[in-house]
Amino acid sequence: MPPGEGTAIDRREFVKLAGAAAGGAAAVSLPHRRLAALAAPSLRRPTLDPAIKELALLALDAAKSAGASYADVRIGRVQTESIQTRDDHIAGLSSEETFGFGVRALAGGAWGFAASRLVERDEVVRVARRAAAQAKANARYVRVPVRLAPVDAYPDVEWHTPVEIDPWSISLEEKVDLLLKANAEAMRVAGVRVVTSSLFFHREEKTVATTDGTLVFQTLVRSSPQVSVTAVGRGEFQTRQSAEVPPAARGYEHVLGARLVENAGRWAEEAVQKLTAKPVEPGLYTLVLDPSHLWLTIHESIGHPTELDRALGYEANYAGTSFLAPPDGVLGRLRYGPELMNVQADRTQAGALASTGWDDEGVPADRWLLIKDGVFADYQTTREQVAWIAHLTGVQRSHGCSYAQSWRHIPFQRMPNVSLLPGAEDITLEDIIADTDAGIYIVGDGSYSIDQQRYNFQFGGQVFYEIEDGRIAGMLKDVAYQARTVDFWNSMDRIGGPRSYFVGGSMFDGKGQPGQINAVSHGCVPARFRNVTVLNTGRGER
Amino acid sequence: MSATSAAAQRRAGLSREEAKALAERVLALSTADEARVNIRGSISGSTRFALNQITTSGDSADTTVTVTSAFGTREASASTNRLDDEGLREVVARSERLARLTPENPERMPELAPQEYVSVPAYFESTASLDAERRARVAEQAMAPASERGLQAAGFLDLSAGSTAVANRNGLFAFHEDSDVAYTLTVRTAAGDGSGWAGGAHNDFSKIDTAAVAERALEKAIRSRGAQPVPPGAWTVILEPAAVANLLSLMFLGFSARILGISARAADEGRSFFSRPDGGNRIREKLFDERVTLVSDPTDPELLDRPFDDDGLPLRHVVWVEGGVLRNLAYGRFWAQKQGKEPTGFPSSLRMMGGDASLDEMIASTERGIFVTRFWYIRAVDPRTLLYTGLTRDGTFLIENGRVTRAVQNLRFNESPALMLSRLEALGPAVRVSAEEAGGRGEAIIVPPLKIRNFTFTSVSEAV
Repeated sequence: MPPGEGTAIDRREFVKLAGAAAGGAAAVSLPHRRLAALAAPSLRRPTLDPAIKELALLALDAAKSAGASYADVRIGRVQTESIQTRDDHIAGLSSEETFGFGVRALAGGAWGFAASRLVERDEVVRVARRAAAQAKANARYVRVPVRLAPVDAYPDVEWHTPVEIDPWSISLEEKVDLLLKANAEAMRVAGVRVVTSSLFFHREEKTVATTDGTLVFQTLVRSSPQVSVTAVGRGEFQTRQSAEVPPAARGYEHVLGARLVENAGRWAEEAVQKLTAKPVEPGLYTLVLDPSHLWLTIHESIGHPTELDRALGYEANYAGTSFLAPPDGVLGRLRYGPELMNVQADRTQAGALASTGWDDEGVPADRWLLIKDGVFADYQTTREQVAWIAHLTGVQRSHGCSYAQSWRHIPFQRMPNVSLLPGAEDITLEDIIADTDAGIYIVGDGSYSIDQQRYNFQFGGQVFYEIEDGRIAGMLKDVAYQARTVDFWNSMDRIGGPRSYFVGGSMFDGKGQPGQINAVSHGCVPARFRNVTVLNTGRGER
Repeated sequence: MSATSAAAQRRAGLSREEAKALAERVLALSTADEARVNIRGSISGSTRFALNQITTSGDSADTTVTVTSAFGTREASASTNRLDDEGLREVVARSERLARLTPENPERMPELAPQEYVSVPAYFESTASLDAERRARVAEQAMAPASERGLQAAGFLDLSAGSTAVANRNGLFAFHEDSDVAYTLTVRTAAGDGSGWAGGAHNDFSKIDTAAVAERALEKAIRSRGAQPVPPGAWTVILEPAAVANLLSLMFLGFSARILGISARAADEGRSFFSRPDGGNRIREKLFDERVTLVSDPTDPELLDRPFDDDGLPLRHVVWVEGGVLRNLAYGRFWAQKQGKEPTGFPSSLRMMGGDASLDEMIASTERGIFVTRFWYIRAVDPRTLLYTGLTRDGTFLIENGRVTRAVQNLRFNESPALMLSRLEALGPAVRVSAEEAGGRGEAIIVPPLKIRNFTFTSVSEAV
């Protein structure tokens, strides 16, 4: 919703944490090093304003005095910058900023929440009381009271997304110039009709305080570069999006690393090539899925069904429930996929969108396996969900998955980074293709749809290639595959090794009512699947 | 609530005078060649429940000011929710700083001169006053009977009330007050073998029959137990109004309509369903069954939409499709000028004209078909044919020999809402529905139930 400047000129902190530097971020390009060196002198780290801390504690006191047995408060400032271009010109530039606070209170075993943009003493007290009053109104209809799992107090802690180059430290001219250069490279290709590109930056300063004694100050930064090329032929058009360029919890170094200008010509050529590519013959196929595609299949068919609130019915009216239910029938029992399949949930992974130091109810970030050796092992949880399955998992702590989109949203269970771990052997994408007699290789995420219990899905892609005798034989179009989640994952027979690991992700994962977005990354390796149903989605066949 | 007491009560959001004063404070700070300010002040509130108890509930209040500044054709916008003098100075300065830095935009349109707007009475105290206690009582209206019958109710009651203003330095000033509320409910059996959905949306909460919503969802949950699979393929379908709205919204409302749907520019540029293969668009072509007529009108008493867009462009009565013939596509200001057309803006509400067939008559005339309550997870597959995929959900039934005979498992479709409108068998009376997948307030839409032939289902889902 928001960005900022006037104040942001002073706030151009160049967040660089020991963790980021030592964590060994990926290979750094030369211009990026130059910029980092130039920017370094202004390097400054944001700090928690003592006035904010005082207001946070005031909110907690007010909620308690009004009868809350527990309360937490989030005071947040969100800034965003969005730059959009089309062909040879700018199409939109906006900078948004929003500031406010929200109080969540528990009373009589029920939750209440209230939020306001006026971060002032009187308003803080009024809103905290209102949250407690909401809770009491709801407590009249409580059937099972909320119980929170214990968590240690973290009285004065902070965490910051590891950023090497603050996106707000780069001039607008430089950002626009980069996009227009990428567009020009794409427009050079005959047959290209429209090129759009964009940069989106998000930065949040968030203070979370709880009546359990925790006070956390964090800054979260996200960067998302994108290009889309549409080619038009006679009575036909095709689009190629820069799906291999994911959003990331990194700074401008991520934009530079995406090499938009260097890649734009290839994306354009592929858009044009799609116009005359061979339409796929529907049938059963072996699929080799590039990690730039597979991350989204993981998100939909593993990330969402392992949300515990869904599995138990809390999201029934919108996102749906889950085939992973009831918990005692599936935990440690359900074979999700082959033994080589290990899926990890992780809120600590550097550069991943859902990484954080503490979640929105003061629980430190966690890392755990959702699927171990192919068997379903655990769910995603918040504090109130722990007791629902602790007797089955033996896990007594929250996995730290509470998140609210902004100060005016109610925190609830959101997805951590969920990743398919690489296999032990050093297998590359090329090895998998060379080992495949016939099949289809899919690059990039495209259309996606899955039912409300996460059984039946359909995915498209950006570009599709025929594999013949271990080689890429030519381009296909109009490909989509449909499968049933557990059948699909059990048909996986080869996966890449550590060198082939890639992290994709989404800035806009929707869940909850009112709908909230979450940003989440998914690491994975290339993988092969057998006997998958492929449809032709072209105009001839529907 | 009577008009007198409603008037006496402080309304949510800014009053016309407050909005005007705030806009003037902002514009007075502007040093740009042109400047516009958009203001939205509102309260929102919601209550969620699941497993027959309230899970979250909250209220929030916010006012956002967005300033758009231009120097020549260099333009940028900035927003804030800080309304003191320093906050306003900062947001104006930020928009101007960015505008100066941005390159020329050859497609930028100058700010509009003052415009005439129709007045739309869209603010209702019945909605604005729906506090946590009243919302909890609505929830209990579904939770209590569900609990008694061994069912589980999960629902969402979501409201917003406030005002929107647009002003620029040419003296344009547009102001609109509105309220919106949506109530959606999913009832499931305890064993998880049945699920039923119902919902409603309006500006005026008193127009939503919450008891009837509860009754419909409960009944569908019970009737949908024990679903059996049917083979995918081309089926005759009877789509309830919510299902029709799920599909038609894609073409006419919101983001997807701008990108894939009724954008005149996309059509003229050869990248839309509405493009002619030899160039240009398909306005004046008969694309749909002759009973298909689609219009947008902010003053429609069942739609009550904002009568202007973010530029302050008046939004008027527009006929998109009449008697199956495409009459209009959506022209933004730039593309309208370039093509020598009147700008229509993009609609944020829609009415499809209904027919006189009742649902019962549609069922009675169907030898073999599928009855659909709503669709879910609808995503674009192929923009060339407006092909979408998605699934049925929360109440899917088999019709045999003129009767609903049993529940069937859900089905995935790959179908085009545009091509579907050529395969129309019957239309029922049009009603306002809640069509947003997220159960939020969404765009206002009125549609009839439809009977369609050869609707393409491609696979079965055992999801309940």
